Amino acid sequence: MRLWKTILAAAVLSLAAGTSAFAARTDLVIGIPLEPPHLDPTAGAAAAIDEVLYANVFEGLTRIGPNGEVLPDLAVSWTISDDGKVYTFKLHTGVKFHDGTDFNADDVKFSLDRARADNSVNAQKGLFAGIDKVEVVDPATVKVTLKNPQGSFLYNMGWGDAVIVAPESADTNKEKPIGTGPFKFQSWAKGSSITLVKSDHYWGTPASLDKAEFRIVPDAAAAVPALLSGDIQAFPFFDPDSVAQVKDDPRFKVVIGSTEGETILSINNKKPPFDKLQVRQAISYALDRKAIIDGASAGLGLPIGSHISPASKDCVDLTGRYPHDVAKAKELLKEAGLESGFKATLKLPPPSYARLGGEIIASQLRDVGIDLEIIPVEWAQWLDQVFTKKDYDLTIVSHTEPNDIDIYSRKDYYFNYDNPAFDKVIADLNLTSDEAKRKELLGQAQKILADDAVVGFLYELPKVGVWDAKLQGLWENAPIQANDLTKVKWSE
Amino acid sequence: MTAYLLKRLAIAIATLVLASMVVFAVLEILPGDPARLMLGMNASADQVELLRNQMGLNAPLAWRYLHWAGGLLSLDLGRSYTYSVPVIDLVRERLAVSLPLALIALALSTIIAIPVGLFSASRRGRVGDTISMGAAQLGVAVPNFWFALMLIYVFAVWLRLVPAGGFPGWSAGIWPALKSLLLPAVALALPQAAILARVTRSALIEVLNEDYIRTARAKGLPYRAVLWRHALRNAMIPVLTILGLQFAFLLAGTIIIENVFYLPGLGRLVFQAITQRDLIVVESVVMLLVAAVIAVNLLVDLSYAIVDPRLRSRQ
Repeated sequence: MRLWKTILAAAVLSLAAGTSAFAARTDLVIGIPLEPPHLDPTAGAAAAIDEVLYANVFEGLTRIGPNGEVLPDLAVSWTISDDGKVYTFKLHTGVKFHDGTDFNADDVKFSLDRARADNSVNAQKGLFAGIDKVEVVDPATVKVTLKNPQGSFLYNMGWGDAVIVAPESADTNKEKPIGTGPFKFQSWAKGSSITLVKSDHYWGTPASLDKAEFRIVPDAAAAVPALLSGDIQAFPFFDPDSVAQVKDDPRFKVVIGSTEGETILSINNKKPPFDKLQVRQAISYALDRKAIIDGASAGLGLPIGSHISPASKDCVDLTGRYPHDVAKAKELLKEAGLESGFKATLKLPPPSYARLGGEIIASQLRDVGIDLEIIPVEWAQWLDQVFTKKDYDLTIVSHTEPNDIDIYSRKDYYFNYDNPAFDKVIADLNLTSDEAKRKELLGQAQKILADDAVVGFLYELPKVGVWDAKLQGLWENAPIQANDLTKVKWSE
Repeated sequence: MTAYLLKRLAIAIATLVLASMVVFAVLEILPGDPARLMLGMNASADQVELLRNQMGLNAPLAWRYLHWAGGLLSLDLGRSYTYSVPVIDLVRERLAVSLPLALIALALSTIIAIPVGLFSASRRGRVGDTISMGAAQLGVAVPNFWFALMLIYVFAVWLRLVPAGGFPGWSAGIWPALKSLLLPAVALALPQAAILARVTRSALIEVLNEDYIRTARAKGLPYRAVLWRHALRNAMIPVLTILGLQFAFLLAGTIIIENVFYLPGLGRLVFQAITQRDLIVVESVVMLLVAAVIAVNLLVDLSYAIVDPRLRSRQ
């Protein structure tokens, strides 16, 4: 037995010696939970597409930085006309796509026109709806005229759905993405991994990594041994429940950051009895956010009082608007004529925040007399029944799009919420570019939503990242769902 | 024999046609729209409609069924909605993992189960039998994802002999590819071996009680020879039946093990296609599996005839 152990130890040591080089590593294997359906960020809503390609392979006029700020990207600079309607972008010159074709203003015009065309299947077509026309001034200058001034235009151009593609490769990007970024696509072993390699002709600061492989690990239980064995060195989106298994290990860094995912208990505002304000407010009083965060998210994640990230500079703290108060909730139900309580359904999509949170919320609402029947659904069913057909009472979902408070003003959105005063604030916000004025309007919008108790505001989904302690430059927060590798490197 | 074969073939074809109708109908009823899934929550209803048209989802039901079933006849499995590549390419990639994995697991399970079954049957009721059948009971009871995780912690995390998961592809070389299939094959083989060992044991015990076994022993043949030459061969029919069922299961029913080892196998392809409502992939792969199960059953039927000459002459 002892001999056997000695042989094993020797084998392990020799293996370890073989793999550790003294120069800093230049390769990285990153674990991602979901495989992208294809590799074209301009043709699908799946976050997994951006998680592989955003900023690495594809670039836009602007881009979103690690803390949600708008940064110049393919546009060096821009000027905005006094009426706020004309944006003139100065572009980088000498930029090439990975297939060797040149990038210039024509590609910008092509990309924006393609995204807003009648037959466009861009998942965020709304981002481009405000564009009136796109003109090429010269190869390095492009002029975008908007129908109305639009405060969020530069931010919108930084979305993954607004990246610049070439007419030569736009139709084949789904299988073989061609962009202008510091990494180029190398291969995709379906169901297994996607590999990017450093681009030799990048126009900006070259990447430190030579090779990055995104490996698809669907099972949270498999992520821990993959890290421990060293097979995978980073999980930027790690399962909160598994953190306990690695947080005391000095080989790894656990980074808890923020996302743009407002996790909410959505309420069908037109369906009785939820059309009564008192009933919705009663639900808000009945919710104990701390217990929900502890149970559904391993205690990670910040409570929210309205539909904006607590990390945002525009956030107004409204978490005290409805403290956990069972007596108050019962009183409000009595006012609404429902003192004996009522029955309703709670449809839960697959993510654990919904399935675990749903159990806790059902028990909290039972305390005030609301008896919930839990119905688990798949995403496809959720999109069909809840989101499209609005056939639901209550559901739990995380709205992960950044700056999406305007969804409450959308006609026919699944909340069935309709408040002209709120719509007016959002309409004004869209026309405002002044930062102070925008902050004020956003504050008003948050307050209206809280006062109306449109939905039960729960918490901001945390971004739990775990990676090798020697790895630097990965994003701590997720202002958008991306794994920007442009600044990632190994120390030593 | 020919009449027997023709009859089996006709039944197989009728089953295939019926299965294609059921599979297609069931997936049609399933709620969920692949176009909405692709476009997410921010797309307008008009845009979803546009994509549905592009995907050909708005064509009449009967037309779509005939188009798909007709394609199957010429071995055209259609194009994936989400991946937008031919389904046959996806299947070929996944079979490169699932087929070797199933074969290795099946071989391992047979190598373990037959000797254990023989051993147990020949020591029926004694300590060796109790221990090995107790172990088999444990093998059936242990959840295979848990067993898989234990294997990973011991052999990948602690000893670092094999990778914790993933599949490098056969292009990375035979040995690295085989190495990554080793643990999943063991994890799959163990519960199968446990079942097979129990079946082998009870089949053998039944045979060992037959008169001709006593006769063979009485004419002076050593016990070992009786066991191998007379008993085992006669006990093979239930064992082959179970093996056939296990092979069909191993080909596509291994989704849990594929998830734990993040292997790009057939099971995960189907699972992913269901969640993304990539209906054409689900339909075509399920039909392929139906065909595979039917083919395996046919082979098992034929192999009965090989192990048991009486079946040959009877038909």
